[in-house]
Amino acid sequence: MLRQASRLLSRSVTAGSSKSTTARAFSTEVPSTIDSTFVESWKKVAPNMDPPQTPSSFMKARPTTASSIPTKLTVNFVLPYASELSGKEVDMVIIPATTGQMGVLPGHVPTIAELKPGIMSVHEGTDVKKYFVSSGFAFLHANSVADIIAVEAVPLENIDASQVQKGLAEFTQKLASASTDLEKAEAQIGVEVHSAMNAALSG
Amino acid sequence: MASSAAVPFWRTAGMTYITYSNICANLVRNCLKEPFKAEALSREKVHFSISKWAGGKPEKPILRSDTPGV
Repeated sequence: MLRQASRLLSRSVTAGSSKSTTARAFSTEVPSTIDSTFVESWKKVAPNMDPPQTPSSFMKARPTTASSIPTKLTVNFVLPYASELSGKEVDMVIIPATTGQMGVLPGHVPTIAELKPGIMSVHEGTDVKKYFVSSGFAFLHANSVADIIAVEAVPLENIDASQVQKGLAEFTQKLASASTDLEKAEAQIGVEVHSAMNAALSG
Repeated sequence: MASSAAVPFWRTAGMTYITYSNICANLVRNCLKEPFKAEALSREKVHFSISKWAGGKPEKPILRSDTPGV
């Protein structure tokens, strides 16, 4: 059965590529293909009006990736109510991705990472700034720009340890007594977030 | 083709990502020290009124507010 696997896989790949004649390019890489026949027939009908523009003519081209890896990572860390870091050049950031703590250096492979509640640390020389992030996303681009978005991010000093313990106990108890799926999910989220805060404060 | 990634537990329970994210943010806000907690909670207060429209006219509006009595 497994001997057939490679044949089946290669067959489905070729079938897929025959349907789409070319591999589809990203929308920002397609050169502005102005349809000349359309423009000519437009000019015949309405010579005084400019031909309509298409969305791609308004889009900026994807920024070209530098040939050599830059020395610094540019971080944009935004919250809904504030822009915490804007275009800051740092050496490294460690983000709490759902797949684990991810260290991002300049020249990181382009990634979109979903963040889980945890600590995000920004390293600049010997300076380390830590934030507790409630959840969010991190977009790492090919040109060593990292866009990190979170709903709530607080410095660790602003978290009250006693509240965290209280919340953890409360939600653990709720998880045990939860009946519906939704209640269970909410209680589990509570347990996860409070455990993460606990670990952040003690770690 | 089978589904690719494992589905998070909140999605199977019928919750959307935004709901999950907002719950997480609320929990973090509730665990802040004063005065940050008061700042955060006042920042997140909402006050709006919704009215359904029927036959081209708005019906009685429903007020949703975190500042009662306003």
